[in-house]
Amino acid sequence: MKAREIVEQLGWQVLAGADHLENEVSGGYAADLLSCVMAGAEAGHLWITLQTHTNIVAVASLLGISAIVVAEGAPVPADTVQKAEQQEMPLVSSPDPVYQTIAQLIKLGI
Amino acid sequence: MRAYRADLHVHTVLSACAEIEMIPPLIVEEARLKGLDIIAITDHNATGNAIAVREAAAEAHRRGETELTVLLGMELQTREEVDLLCIFDTPEVLEAWQSIVDEQLLPMPNDPERFGPQYVVDREGTLVREDPRLLQAPAMVGLEEAVDQVQSMGGLAIPAHIDRQHNGLMAMLGLWPAGLNVDAAEISPNMRPSQARQAFNSIPEHVALVSHSDAHWLDWIGHVMTIYELHNRPTVTTLRQALRGIEGQRAYVP
Repeated sequence: MKAREIVEQLGWQVLAGADHLENEVSGGYAADLLSCVMAGAEAGHLWITLQTHTNIVAVASLLGISAIVVAEGAPVPADTVQKAEQQEMPLVSSPDPVYQTIAQLIKLGI
Repeated sequence: MRAYRADLHVHTVLSACAEIEMIPPLIVEEARLKGLDIIAITDHNATGNAIAVREAAAEAHRRGETELTVLLGMELQTREEVDLLCIFDTPEVLEAWQSIVDEQLLPMPNDPERFGPQYVVDREGTLVREDPRLLQAPAMVGLEEAVDQVQSMGGLAIPAHIDRQHNGLMAMLGLWPAGLNVDAAEISPNMRPSQARQAFNSIPEHVALVSHSDAHWLDWIGHVMTIYELHNRPTVTTLRQALRGIEGQRAYVP
């Protein structure tokens, strides 16, 4: 399923990288410790997190993440949004906690 | 030029996880036994005992026992749950910094049974009051913002135990944040500086690596230290000069 379809179906807000949601999503990963994400997340994954430090953009770009999903409607600092836009890294916001966010993705077959 | 033996990461009974023996007179005595010249008091998100330790050192100095310099600090936990040592020279600046942090603390109470008590004490270690706040929870200030603020107030900003999984910068943020303008990075006793350079090649070469005890009980004080070679007596300013290699001064982990 393409990132765009998922975002539209689940009604998530796109914070950055709206023009780069065409990639096919291969699965998902959830963690807030970026060292774990660097070890465990794969290219094409959606990455679900509460971490909003600007490093999330660098880490996601490095790994080839399809989109960063910030859960719980957590406020994302302006510099992180700017960085994501600059790096063409899709950054979206889910209003639900991590657990429920993932549950919805699993239901979609991700 | 003189070499000063420094342990800039020492807790007191104001940190919930510290042992009850971490009171000012015993901390000063342990520092003396270990041959330390400089310590910094760095409790979690709090500074209430730092001046008491400095006063205890002044007492010991009056008795001719020690020339220990006590710097006044805090181990801030940022919003990203990264631990950051914030070290200052004067009580006034320390208090101003604490006021800033107070506004960012989450309004959650400590549970002394579960987490340990948080005691503010005087220079003799006598109980003044308990701090009821959950000081070990993160403060809602970002890492870069905290570093900028500490430095603008003339303090040293040093991310603590960056190699540690728990609240260590590298574990939490994965990569050294580009442009992070700290005075040094602290590695835990588990790593030598050369190993840290290899393990974390995103740390710029110019960022000095230091190491301290993170002592939560007396035996740990000074079990790891950093040597500062200084022209003048130790202050935040002269320590910063050594960290930058200014005028032949330097800082290194022996």
